[in-house]
Formats: sequence, structure tokens, C-alpha cells
Amino acid sequence: MDVLTLARLQFAFTIGFHYLFPPLSIGLGLILVLMEGCWLATKNPVYHQMARYWTRVFGLVFAIGVATGIVMEFEFGTNWAVYSRFVGDVFGSALASEGIFAFFLESGFLALLLFGWDRVGPKTHFFATCMVALGAHFSAVWIIVANSWQQTPAGFHIVNHAGGPRAEITDFWAMVFSPSSMDRLTHTVCGAWQAGAWMVVSVSAWYLLKGKHLDFAKRSLQIGLLVALAASLIQLDTGHDSAVGVSQNQPEKLAAFEAHFKTAPASLYLFGWPNKDGSEVRFGLAIPKLLSYLVYGDWEKPVRGLSEFPPADRPPVNVVFQTYHAMVAIGMGLIALAVLSIVQWWRGKLFNQRWLLGILVLSVLGPQLANQLGWASAEVGRQPWIVYKLLRTSDALSKVVSGGQIITSLILFSLVYALLFAVFIFLLNHKIQHGPDEADLTPVGPLRKEPRADV
Amino acid sequence: MFSDIPILNFVWFALVGVLFTGYAILDGFDLGVGALHLFTKTDEERRIMLNSIGPVWDGNEVWLVTGGGALFAAFPMVYATVFSGFYMAFMLLLVALIFRAVAIEFRSKQPMRWWRQMWDVGFSIGSVLSALLIGVALGNIASGVPLDAEKEFAAGFFHLLRPYPLLVGVTTVALFAMHGAIYAVMKTEGELHEKLRGWVNRCILIFVVFYVIVTVATLLYVPHMTDTLRAYPWLFIVAIMNALAIANIPREISHGNDFRAFLSSCAAMVALMTLFGIGMFPNMVYSFPNPENSLTLLNSASSEKTLGIMLIVALIGVPLVLTYTATIYFIFRGKVKLDPMSY
Repeated sequence: MDVLTLARLQFAFTIGFHYLFPPLSIGLGLILVLMEGCWLATKNPVYHQMARYWTRVFGLVFAIGVATGIVMEFEFGTNWAVYSRFVGDVFGSALASEGIFAFFLESGFLALLLFGWDRVGPKTHFFATCMVALGAHFSAVWIIVANSWQQTPAGFHIVNHAGGPRAEITDFWAMVFSPSSMDRLTHTVCGAWQAGAWMVVSVSAWYLLKGKHLDFAKRSLQIGLLVALAASLIQLDTGHDSAVGVSQNQPEKLAAFEAHFKTAPASLYLFGWPNKDGSEVRFGLAIPKLLSYLVYGDWEKPVRGLSEFPPADRPPVNVVFQTYHAMVAIGMGLIALAVLSIVQWWRGKLFNQRWLLGILVLSVLGPQLANQLGWASAEVGRQPWIVYKLLRTSDALSKVVSGGQIITSLILFSLVYALLFAVFIFLLNHKIQHGPDEADLTPVGPLRKEPRADV
Repeated sequence: MFSDIPILNFVWFALVGVLFTGYAILDGFDLGVGALHLFTKTDEERRIMLNSIGPVWDGNEVWLVTGGGALFAAFPMVYATVFSGFYMAFMLLLVALIFRAVAIEFRSKQPMRWWRQMWDVGFSIGSVLSALLIGVALGNIASGVPLDAEKEFAAGFFHLLRPYPLLVGVTTVALFAMHGAIYAVMKTEGELHEKLRGWVNRCILIFVVFYVIVTVATLLYVPHMTDTLRAYPWLFIVAIMNALAIANIPREISHGNDFRAFLSSCAAMVALMTLFGIGMFPNMVYSFPNPENSLTLLNSASSEKTLGIMLIVALIGVPLVLTYTATIYFIFRGKVKLDPMSY
């Protein structure tokens, strides 16, 4: 394999692994706010128990998210030095803003969230929980602003320097609100809410199947399902907006999503297997002209096909097609599952329908897969550009890094991440098996005043 | 020398310095606690060590992330050259940082002896290796690395492991161990506290020995680091403050003023980083053997517009950061007490 492929593989692997965790932090962050809010509002100790239990899970997820996240910040420079020189002026600002506005907020108040139950009053603790959740959302904002600028660059001009051309900011807010950033932000955040919500649903459903911690499990399941329903329905809208945005801003990406080759009214595939250049789709089932209708509200309006673009500027079709369709299919499945579960809950049948609970136990995998697949289609769909229409991925590589170095680091990270993942699953399983703590039914904090030694 | 440098470039040179100094002071003590971790023996002692940094290590590490982000934004040329040039060293640093981070989180989640021992070792080695590699990187940037005309790093991994950078690396470990020992003294009580108090003096001694060797080595082998000092002799006041701050540490420790000893240690680190900045100025990465290829705060910076925007971001963000950092340290002040929430 050449250095470029290796560098891309290493980056994809490390970011794919990292991205298992931040969506959980964002989604669980929101759910912690809801649970602790319910506790403050109702004073029902089971909500306190829920907040405490899910906080412990959050702590575990967060630690791995932080540890694997630093890698990403380093890898822009280590793997993509030419890219870093080209975009630093723009992309670096968003990244630095993420550090200063999101990570400090998140990590500072995390201390209170995890260790502060006895140290501060319940309202202050609730405030800390809200700040952690807010920080997690801010981090999504800034990293998606940075990534969206790669997809739809705006608010910049190209300046030639001794070291070569580079992009420099002309309008900060135009850079922040680049044409795709808000659609992509809402879409990603809804995906993150689903990751957190379905995880809560999944664990709670398992307790119900086992007949354990029933009150805890029912209430957790209800909160999880409500967030899951809301997020997956909003996701319909954000997904639609994203696709319309892609049709305007990156038409060749949309064409690759649907393997749409000739400019004509476009159909929407349910599934299929495009050939290499997307000119033919085998084993496919398509709804004629539906894509034209979804994008333009007009069944007859032509959608630009891949053939309009020079072959060197087209993304690889099949990967983009498959990841995109798998994401959409999972998303639709999650909507159906959420609606069905809510209907059963409303009919009073949710908690004893074992087959449904069994499906809900597995539901945690859905958003994780969809999140990974969606990112893959968004990023592979941007190829061959690292910054759309400005810099090719093949030109962005570090000049001084050899294939051997990247292989070494790839092996190193594979081993470390395999270990991390095994330990994460082991500890998560342990927490789930252990279940909520009975002692957490007795609230702490100002209700348990004890003298405390100070410096 | 100062007159022809745009003010924003100078401000960002200083601000990147402030962020990395913040990182050194804050993560320095928790890396130092990690370096000493294996010298404590019982499970309870180790838990107290871990929990002394428990609520804050994560926020401390954010200073590195933000420092890296600021470097990327303000001096992208430096970020690109150093991160790609020091590829393997930084990959090792990342693995070390990952191990120590997750070890803190994982260690006390299971009661098995082997489990705890494994993560104790991971935490400690990860901490020492992180400190060492950070020091080696600084040593290389100070003594100079070969940069070609395109400002690319023109050497291999083993070139980074020359005696001077290694010496700076070991000195960094000693500095962080001393800083961590003082912090741990402040956060503990009873038997462990007395034990740590004894270690502080040893740590100070070891650090001072290395500090003297590094100083002599810098004067002898890295003369360009003292050019600015010689041109502006009043800057020697920083070196004097540094020496006074270090000398004050054992004095405060012997009087039992642990917090003031810690402040002295922080002051010493601020002075050290200031000296480093003065020595580097106006270079960001010194090129040796071709100094004309050096990355300076002029030829490696982002546009004036971006530096200005980032300054506004910093002026809004930094006071916020300092407010909640101070609040968290205040809430978690006092001696460590183990409770069910502890690691």
C-alpha cells in the first residue's frame, strides 16, 4: 500500500474509534440533564439513582473519548502537514475555539458532575451537569464547523506565500456558517442524541427482560425512548436538509449517494450494487424520480449526474452509495422502532412484550453503526478533495513521513485501541451487571451534612 | 529587534507560551504524581494519590489540547513541521497519554490485585514517558533540528534522541516529579503525608542537580539560547527569580507551608518557561545547521486578520476558563478523603 492509503487508513481508523464515544457523551449528557432535572422537580429518589448510575457510565465513556480525542488533534499535523499549512489559518481557529469554549467547560464541570455530589448542593450540581452537556454540544459545534469548512469552504481567500498558497480568513462568521455547517451540525447532534438515548433504552430493556431493577429500568426506558423518538423524528428533517444542501453544494457527492450517472430526473434507490463509475446499478430497487422530488419538489426536474464531472473529480461511488444507504436504512428502522415502542407503551404493553424488549436490547448498535456509516459517506463522498475544490487529499500528505512510520503507528494504535475497547466493554458490562446502587436511593449532598476538613 | 515585529505575532508568541506554561504547571503536577505513584505501596495510598488528581487531571490535559489548537491556528507552519517531523515521538507521546488517562479511570473499577497493579504500572510509565517526551521535544526545539529550505524536518526519529534533548527530557521528569510531590504533600495527611514530605526534598535535590547540568550544557552547547539575554541584560531578572523561586521551595516545605511551596514551584515553572521563550525569541523552531531556515514568529504565523480574531476568542475564552478552573480547584480544595465516588 502507498503512503497516502496508509495515512488515510490510519486516520480513518483512529477517528472511527474515537467517534464511538463523543456521540455517547453528547447524548448521555442530555439524558443526565433530564434525569437530574426530574429528580429536582419531583424529589423522587429513583431519579437520583438513575442520574448517579448513568453518570458513572458517562464518566467511563468520557475518559476514553478524551484519551482518543487528543490523537485526532495531533494527527492533522502528523499525517497531513501540507493540509495543515494550507488550512491552519482557517481550520486551526475553529479547533482552538473548540478547546477554549468547549473542552474547558466540559472537563471543568465534569469534576463536579462525577465527584461533586457531596460537595455542592443539588442545584449547583444540576448546573454542573448542564454545563457538561453544554460543553459536549459546543465541542460538536466547533469540530463540525471545522469539518464543514472542508466540505463547503467559505469566508476565505487564497494568498500566495513563500511556502505556497494557503487559505486565509476574510470573514470569520461566513467561515463558521459555511453553507453546510448548520445542516451538518443538527444532523450530527441528532445522531449523537440517538446514540445516548438508545444506549439507555438498551440497558433498561435488558433489566426488564431479566426482571431486575424494575422501577429504575422502566423510568430510564421511558426517558430514553422519548429522547430517541424526538431525535429520530427530527433526524428526518435534518437528514433531508443535509441532502438538499449536498445537492446544491456538492452535487457529485449527491450523485454518488444514489449512483446517479446521467443528468436526468433521478430515482431513489432502496438498495443496489453500483459498478465502479456508477454508470450501472445491479440488483437494485429504485423508486423512479423520487430523488428529484425530494430535492427539488418536482418529479421531472433533472439532477446532475456523475458523468458531468471529470472522472478525476468523482468520489468512489460504491462505498459512498452503500454507506449512505445503510445509514438511511438504519435511521428509518430506528424511527419505526421508536414509534412502535412508544405506541406499545401508550397501550400499556411495552414492559411485558419480550420480543420487543429483545429488539430494544440490541438497539444500541443502530445509532453507532449509522453514525459511523454516515460519516464515512460524508467524508468519502468529499474525495478526491481534502478541502473541496481547493486541495486534493493526495497533495495534502506530510512530505517527511514514511509508509513504515505510518504502519508502525497503525499497528500501535490497533493494539492499544483493541485493548481499550476490550476493557471498555468489560467494565461497561460489569457496571450493567452490577446495576444501579441501592444506596443511591438515599440522596446525599446537603441532606447529609458532615464536617469536612479544609486546608 | 522588537520594532519590526507586528504586535499580534508577538502577542500570539506570548499566548502560546502562556497556554503551554499553564499546561506545564497543571498537568505537570499530575504527571509528577504519576511518576511517584509506584513508590507508594498500599492500595489505599495509591488510591489517595490517584484521587488527589482525580477531579482535575482531565481539565489539566485540556491545556495541551488548547495549546496545540492555538499553535495550529496562530502558527500553522510550526504545527505542521513539528508534528510531522516528530512523528514517532508524538505517536509514543499519544500512547503514553492514552494509557495514563484510561489507567486513572480503569484502575479502581475492579478489585483484583493484578488488575490494579497493571493499571498502576500503566499510569506511572505513561506519566513518566509523557514528561520525558515533552522535555525531549522542547530540548530539540531549543537546540535546533535540521530544517530544509521548505521548512520541513530533514532527519529521522533517532536524531531527536541526542544527549542535550534527552537531558532536557530527564530534567522535565525531575521537575514534574518535584512539582507533583509538593502537590501530593498538600493533598494528603497522616503517614503518607510524612512519607511524601521526605520525598519532596529528595526530588528537589535531584531536580536542582539536573537543572544545573542543563544550564551549563545550554551555555556551552546551545549558545543561541542566551543571545537575547545577553542583548538585554535586564532580562536576567527572570533567571534570578527562577533561582529564588526554586530556593524558596525547601524553605517553605521545612516550615510546613505546603501551599506556598507549591506556589513557589509554580513560579519557578513560569520563570523557566519565560526563560525558554526569551531564549527562543524570535524563533519558534530553531534550525540547525542552517539557522536561516528557522521557523520564526514572523514566517510561520497566520494572517493578521486571523491572529486578531483569535485574540478576541482568547480574550473572551481565557477569563471564562480561569474562572471555572479556579472554582473547581476551590471546591475540591483540602485533603483527599476516599468516598464511594472516588477512583
